[in-house]
Amino acid sequence: MEFSELIRTGRAQAKLLRGPEAPPLRGTLCVTGHHLLLSPGPQATSDLWLLLLRRVDSIEKRVSGDSGTITLRCKDLRVLQLDIEGVEATLDIARSIEALSSLESVITSFPFFYRPKGLRLGDAWHFHPPERYYKRVARETNAWRLSEVNEDFSLCPSYPRAVIVPRAVDDDALARCARFRQGGRFPVLSYHHAPSGTVLLRSSQPLTGPQKRRCAEDEELLRAALAGARPGARGFILDTRSAQAAKQARVTGGGTEAKAAYPGWKRLHRPLERGWPLQESFVRLVEACGDLEQSMDRWLSQLEACHWLAHVKEALSTACLAAQGVGREGACVLVHGAEGTDSTLLVTSLAQLILDPSSRTMAGFQELVEREWIQAGHPFQLRCAHSAFSHARPKHEAPTFLLFLDCVWQLGRQFPLSLEFGEGLLLALFEHAYASPFGTFLCSSEKERCLCEVRTRTHSLWSGLNQPKEQRKLRNPLYVPSPLAIWPSVELQTLRLWQGLFLRWIRPPEPSEVAWEKVWQIVTDKKTEGCEPTVSASEPRL
Amino acid sequence: MEHIRTTKVEQVKLLDRFSTSNKSLTGTLYLTATHLLFIDSHQKETWILHHHIALVEKLALTTSGCPLVIQCKNFRIVHFIVPRERDCHDIYNSLLQLSKQAKYEDLYAFSYNPKQNDSERLQGWQLIDLAEEYKRMGVPNSNWQLSDANREYKICETYPRELYVPRIASKPIIVGSSKFRSKGRFPVLSYYHQNKEAAICRCSQPLSGFSARCLEDEHLLQAISKANPVNRYMYVMDTRPKLNAMANRAAGKGYENEDNYSNIRFQFVGIENIHVMRSSLQKLLEVNGTKGLSVSDFYSGLESSGWLRHIKAVMDAAIFLAKAIMVENASVLVHCSDGWDRTSQVCSLGSLLLDSYYRTIKGFMVLIEKDWISFGHKFSERCGHLDGDPKEVSPVFTQFLECVWHLTEQFPQDFEFNEAFLLQIHEHIHSCQFGNFLGNCQKEREELKLKEKTYSLWPFLLDDQKKYLNPLYSSKSPKFAVLEPNTVSFNFKFWRNMYHQFDRTLHPRQSVFNIIMNMNEQNKQLEKDIKDLESKIKQRKNRQTDGILTKELLHSVHPESPTLKTSLCFKEQTLLPVNHALRTIEGSNPADNRYSEYAEEFSKSEPGVVSLEYGVARMTC
Repeated sequence: MEFSELIRTGRAQAKLLRGPEAPPLRGTLCVTGHHLLLSPGPQATSDLWLLLLRRVDSIEKRVSGDSGTITLRCKDLRVLQLDIEGVEATLDIARSIEALSSLESVITSFPFFYRPKGLRLGDAWHFHPPERYYKRVARETNAWRLSEVNEDFSLCPSYPRAVIVPRAVDDDALARCARFRQGGRFPVLSYHHAPSGTVLLRSSQPLTGPQKRRCAEDEELLRAALAGARPGARGFILDTRSAQAAKQARVTGGGTEAKAAYPGWKRLHRPLERGWPLQESFVRLVEACGDLEQSMDRWLSQLEACHWLAHVKEALSTACLAAQGVGREGACVLVHGAEGTDSTLLVTSLAQLILDPSSRTMAGFQELVEREWIQAGHPFQLRCAHSAFSHARPKHEAPTFLLFLDCVWQLGRQFPLSLEFGEGLLLALFEHAYASPFGTFLCSSEKERCLCEVRTRTHSLWSGLNQPKEQRKLRNPLYVPSPLAIWPSVELQTLRLWQGLFLRWIRPPEPSEVAWEKVWQIVTDKKTEGCEPTVSASEPRL
Repeated sequence: MEHIRTTKVEQVKLLDRFSTSNKSLTGTLYLTATHLLFIDSHQKETWILHHHIALVEKLALTTSGCPLVIQCKNFRIVHFIVPRERDCHDIYNSLLQLSKQAKYEDLYAFSYNPKQNDSERLQGWQLIDLAEEYKRMGVPNSNWQLSDANREYKICETYPRELYVPRIASKPIIVGSSKFRSKGRFPVLSYYHQNKEAAICRCSQPLSGFSARCLEDEHLLQAISKANPVNRYMYVMDTRPKLNAMANRAAGKGYENEDNYSNIRFQFVGIENIHVMRSSLQKLLEVNGTKGLSVSDFYSGLESSGWLRHIKAVMDAAIFLAKAIMVENASVLVHCSDGWDRTSQVCSLGSLLLDSYYRTIKGFMVLIEKDWISFGHKFSERCGHLDGDPKEVSPVFTQFLECVWHLTEQFPQDFEFNEAFLLQIHEHIHSCQFGNFLGNCQKEREELKLKEKTYSLWPFLLDDQKKYLNPLYSSKSPKFAVLEPNTVSFNFKFWRNMYHQFDRTLHPRQSVFNIIMNMNEQNKQLEKDIKDLESKIKQRKNRQTDGILTKELLHSVHPESPTLKTSLCFKEQTLLPVNHALRTIEGSNPADNRYSEYAEEFSKSEPGVVSLEYGVARMTC
């Protein structure tokens, strides 16, 4: 195993500091291929402490005298400090962690070795295939079909094998559409809104280029989408770039739909931040949250300067706009930006959460993440390579998925009864998206996952999360199913910083957690007694 | 009534200040002697008490009518459009008169009649008994006694009659000290911590100037520290910024010189004065009153208003006080300038941190009665009950409530009451509907004969206490369970439910609180049902030990139990108070939100050319 070459030292004595509340741990520190272990002495009662090395975002070492200190900043925003005896040992351990935490190979990553008890390989990987969603769509409308044109990923490397397209468009036409869209991402169905019969579509930008090229098949596809909804339906193309940026994209071969070429469709521009500026916003917010001593004024000005909540507001309002188009105006909506793998997915997935009650259930939300993020080709491997602490030169990192989770959290705060899952699930998804023992968030597309045999050789996060023992952490005890749309307020007075995530390791475990436990108690009390009153009433007989 | 010219105006429009669709409700506006009432076409009523009105503005005439903007002290802002300028002018003038009364006797409390007889009224006033409260704290005792020095308000007009002082402080010492303190407000007991035998005392600033001394005052402070058997030194907290305190020296006032007083530790804590607080709130309201705020507008506005900084300062001061008592076992003397604003804030919040009794509904009332009402916080001036000096108005008590709210957010299980309770109290400090907050000190209240002519708020709140209960409250915490709030900056949040309490579109759409409350209620009811059933079964069993009969019994009882039925259809009934035609959760409507401005783009019909093009395209294919 090549790991052994990277491990420079076997073990060392160390003390671990885990933030203000948890007591320090002492013991023998040990680096393995995937983990950092701290094993307390034989007489100690506490268990082995374990850190997945992939979780380390940045590492800082300091030596003084004959001992050293390593500060590990993790991708889940936790900061750990290790005091290690021996200068050599410190440097060796630091170097080993550095090397092992930044390994890029997917198939040597921990998910390929993780074999938890009680879970079977292959479980839950078939929870959410596109076919399953298609079955639902097919029950509601006949205008769409499941195409396996991308069976071998040759049309579009970032799409799954099967996609849902208008029935009127055949596979050959799709192939030509794919050539007209960046990365082959031709317009596909993202969500069918049964009450109005209209659809939410997503794609990448059309490759109109400076000559304003057109593509008859692409135009036909969008026309068919409108016709499938109802005769005379209108459509909106929601471009997540500014009009100017969309225009500029023509220079590099991209562009946006020409009005004349797509009758019935109207273009709206709602610029959303992406890429490096979004990552920088995340970094600055986390930096601001790390400073406990700052004055009120400084905190507020930092909160303003990092602009994170502005991104939340923009993402939510754009999603609401898309949802409004589909749910209220009876129009079809096509969402795209440039590549169609980031802000596009942010908008389509949030819009579904607003409109579709089934996506607000535990299973439905997992399906939504799987369908609209993982299989839709959000490049997790690139976007989540590093979190907010890394000093490495950023390449493709961007917290788009985190922004999505934050928006969902805001929805949950405004509609505390409407989501079946709680903050716990969102926190878990954040953690696992950045570093996980499960295979779900590995790779950047279905194609890559197939090549790496992720489905057969790793465990699915969903099977891990859906174990009964996890439920109390992940579920919302107050959930009440409701068939209605949830329209959030996007005023700043209503939006709030997601303290549960950004300050999770900084503030002491708040009494609010205790309070949450009490809510659970009240609710479960009620359920057991409310459902089976006869059981308790007949007790005296036993 | 002589101020009312027009009592009814029809076809008035009410605008929502945060809705962007310029949607308005049309209805009829009525002007009564006490309220402005708007009834819209859905028969929904909006009542605005004249005393709540802080500002009325008549804006320039528009095509649709004459706009009338009313800002209320409870942060409601309403925007009417009155079709005829004449009507608007009449209403405007009437409101100007009615919202600013010159005499106490014209306030609502003197005409408010909740249909109670005199003995009920008196009972209401006796609900909160401060003598009882001091007894609960453990005074009088061997170190503290009731002083009759101020029995006739001779020493200090703004103090209550009954004051507790160290047993060894003789009357001449008290009199001497009071002459050395601004407005005669000499050091007296505010809270006695029975376990620690330490005290919170309060007073006003000393008239020390640059060098003046007063032996009696020095003795009184010494007596306070001696009354603490554990710790001989005491803290003197000047809640003002040092600069302000120093400036006061030039006017012959100032602060204690540590060299003159033995065993004191002097400390400034830097809470700004009422004028700074007034303009801070003003700025805050200006910022959050704008619709469609950007992130930088909101946060830079929040920052430049300084409001949260001031809240944090008050909280930090209270924590300092609580720590002095808990950790060092030292008594603390708190003062500011006159000792009725910042001093009230710090003493009451400090006691709230130390003693869990004040975190109950009744205890919180007692706390307000003691540290605010009886010790002469000038409610009438600070709330602008009468047409007076606008410079005396300041949101000092609002800040106190906000600090308490922040505590309830940090300690969700430690308070018996909920946010609605705080909001309701805030409502009534301005409403002048009850006598409690009228006047500026006890002496004035007695002269107004409030107890004979008006009603007390507390019994009404207590009758309604179901609305104000915190379902997560765990009452088991011991009496002296001290709260140790964390005051890092990010724990302070904008209190939307206070400053936007009437802007429904900005609120979360569903209330967790009501749901939990209901569940709790039902759990209790179910438990009771179970007990009833069990006892019935036992009764029958005693008579007839036949299993089949018991089964029958269960069958017969089950459908009769109304609570079970309600619990089954509970979800449909209470959780979905929705209009199915609209198919959205109540209060959640795309038309009410910012993103809806883009809806105009949706609803704009396609221009003619495009639709033609569309038609052509369809024909050609």
